Amino acid sequence: MTLIDLANPTRFLNLTSRVLPWLAAATAILLLIGLYQAAMAPDDYQQGATVKIMFVHVPNAWLAMFVWGVMSVAALGTLVWRHPLADVAAKAAAPIGAAFTFLALVTGSLWGRPMWGTYWEWDARLTSVLILFLMYLGLIALWRAVEDPSRAARAAAVLTLVGALNLPIIKFSVDWWNTLHQPASVLRMGGSSLDRSFLIPLLVMAVAFSLLFVTLHLAAMRNEILRRRVRSLQMMQASRRSA
Amino acid sequence: MTALAALIRRDIRIALRVGGGALIGVLFFLTVVVLMPFAVGPDLALLTRLGPAILWLGALLASLLTLDRLFMADHEDGSLDLIVMSRTPLELTCAAKALAHWLAAGVPLILATPVLGLLLNLDATATAAVALTLLAGTPALTFTGMIGAALAVTLHRGGLLLAVLVLPLSIPVLIFGVAASQAAISGPLAFGTPFSILCALSLVSLVIGPFAAAASLRHGLD
Amino acid sequence: MRLSGSGVRCVRGGREVFSGLDFSASAGEALAVTGRNGSGKTSLLRLIAGLLTPEGGSIGLEGGTGELTLPEQAHLLGHRDALKPALSVLENLAFWREFLGGEAFDLAECLAAVGLDHAAQLPAAFLSAGQRRRLSIARLLAARRPIWLLDEPTNALDTSGQAMFAALMGDHLARGGLIIAATHAPLGIAARELRIGDAA
Repeated sequence: MTLIDLANPTRFLNLTSRVLPWLAAATAILLLIGLYQAAMAPDDYQQGATVKIMFVHVPNAWLAMFVWGVMSVAALGTLVWRHPLADVAAKAAAPIGAAFTFLALVTGSLWGRPMWGTYWEWDARLTSVLILFLMYLGLIALWRAVEDPSRAARAAAVLTLVGALNLPIIKFSVDWWNTLHQPASVLRMGGSSLDRSFLIPLLVMAVAFSLLFVTLHLAAMRNEILRRRVRSLQMMQASRRSA
Repeated sequence: MTALAALIRRDIRIALRVGGGALIGVLFFLTVVVLMPFAVGPDLALLTRLGPAILWLGALLASLLTLDRLFMADHEDGSLDLIVMSRTPLELTCAAKALAHWLAAGVPLILATPVLGLLLNLDATATAAVALTLLAGTPALTFTGMIGAALAVTLHRGGLLLAVLVLPLSIPVLIFGVAASQAAISGPLAFGTPFSILCALSLVSLVIGPFAAAASLRHGLD
Repeated sequence: MRLSGSGVRCVRGGREVFSGLDFSASAGEALAVTGRNGSGKTSLLRLIAGLLTPEGGSIGLEGGTGELTLPEQAHLLGHRDALKPALSVLENLAFWREFLGGEAFDLAECLAAVGLDHAAQLPAAFLSAGQRRRLSIARLLAARRPIWLLDEPTNALDTSGQAMFAALMGDHLARGGLIIAATHAPLGIAARELRIGDAA
């Protein structure tokens, strides 16, 4: 099984139809284990039970950035290698990435509510994620604005790559803007200093959400391939007869 | 009436399908509002105070930019000729097109207001006040903007010219929309006074807009 | 029913296109407007459709339906096809039938008459140029109006399409309709010729 084999959409459909049930099952089991472990994890001495939002928030935030990475690779695939599945992958990933980003924002603001007293604080991290969300929505709007998917693909690929290059700059600017205006008053998760009782469920959840992404992405790619087939069948039907 | 209902249905359907502009307006609204704090700083107290003004400016720009295509698309594909030749009075047709545009592009802006209110740290009352003033005021923006859209077709220019033509006309709406929201949030004025004037502005534009747009289309087609 | 113009003068962008033009056509008659490019064939149709106002002279209709104006009794089939690519073929046609009003004709029959019945549910974006023209022609059938103003109607149509449209025009004339067509190519039906723009 090489990349060349996968380039054939029919083979891709055959392969994924066999793989998807297993992936879905693995995702469900891991999610259950992760949620159970998260529920069993001890409360934080400062934040109480709210700390458990972290187990959902952090994986979503990771995936929000990871999916843009996936789309950037797919964009290179479209522009450089002209891989037939690349733009399908890019298009299918965008709404999923937007959903993860949205969930990261919602869980973040729910987590922030007891910490800050408001649902939203123009905190550097949250703001960066919000901008990422806007960029996802813009990308989806671009896909929707052009009727012919192969024409939209190149424009979307360029935008994705520009976005990927710009994201660090935006992140840096937002950090600078934020520290200029207010000292970092927000809680900072202490990275590797996390207790093992938090770290293990968090890692399980991260793997579970990544599997969830792979499952959803493959399913969305199948839908997109089928949608394009319907489209070309319709075009064939339109030109079939005119007498 | 079936003719007008058919026109409204068609315009909404086109706005919501692939290539339609209904949701791009909301996205623009969201982006404009998110940009504001980067200009004025993340001070929540300040943002709360500026909130209604930011939301109103965002809604004004968003509804204006989507108006650009109101008649232009129909002009480009020849539909406008047939619309002018129909048995329905052109004034009613214009009103129906503006109504369809408001339903497809204006109402989503109002629905997005609570989320944006959250970002600007507005409390429930303030958000409700802004949403209510937008509900009363955005029809005025659409129906006044329609005049500019009709002029843009006959002059074969769109975009920025439309904004330059229409923005001055929408100043009263902006004044009383923001004033009513501020009155509901902090006083000291009673909410009713500016809000009534806002409603009156909407009603006036409901009458003037279609006539002016129809007159402009009738004399400007070639 | 009789459509006539006398001494019609047309000015576009400060340039006189034609002047002193007289023409007339009665029910059941087709008028083929010919002339070189830029002689004002399209402008004449748009004058009759009420989309342009003549600088001089007058255009009138005698014996039309009740209080309807001339443009309200006319169909214009122009270069631009008034189709929305985002809507399906059937939705496009249904909209124009409802919006233009009049008697309700069966849309499926109209589509079958122009050979588009197989594409009714497909988006209009998938149609070729000739098929778009056929769909525009179906509009003339879906909402009946006695006067057809046709601007190069056979453009983009293949041979079978032209024959189909000639038959439809024949039916329309037989029902007492009236056709004014700006054209370079023969229409395929008996038509009186009106040459314009030679004097200039």
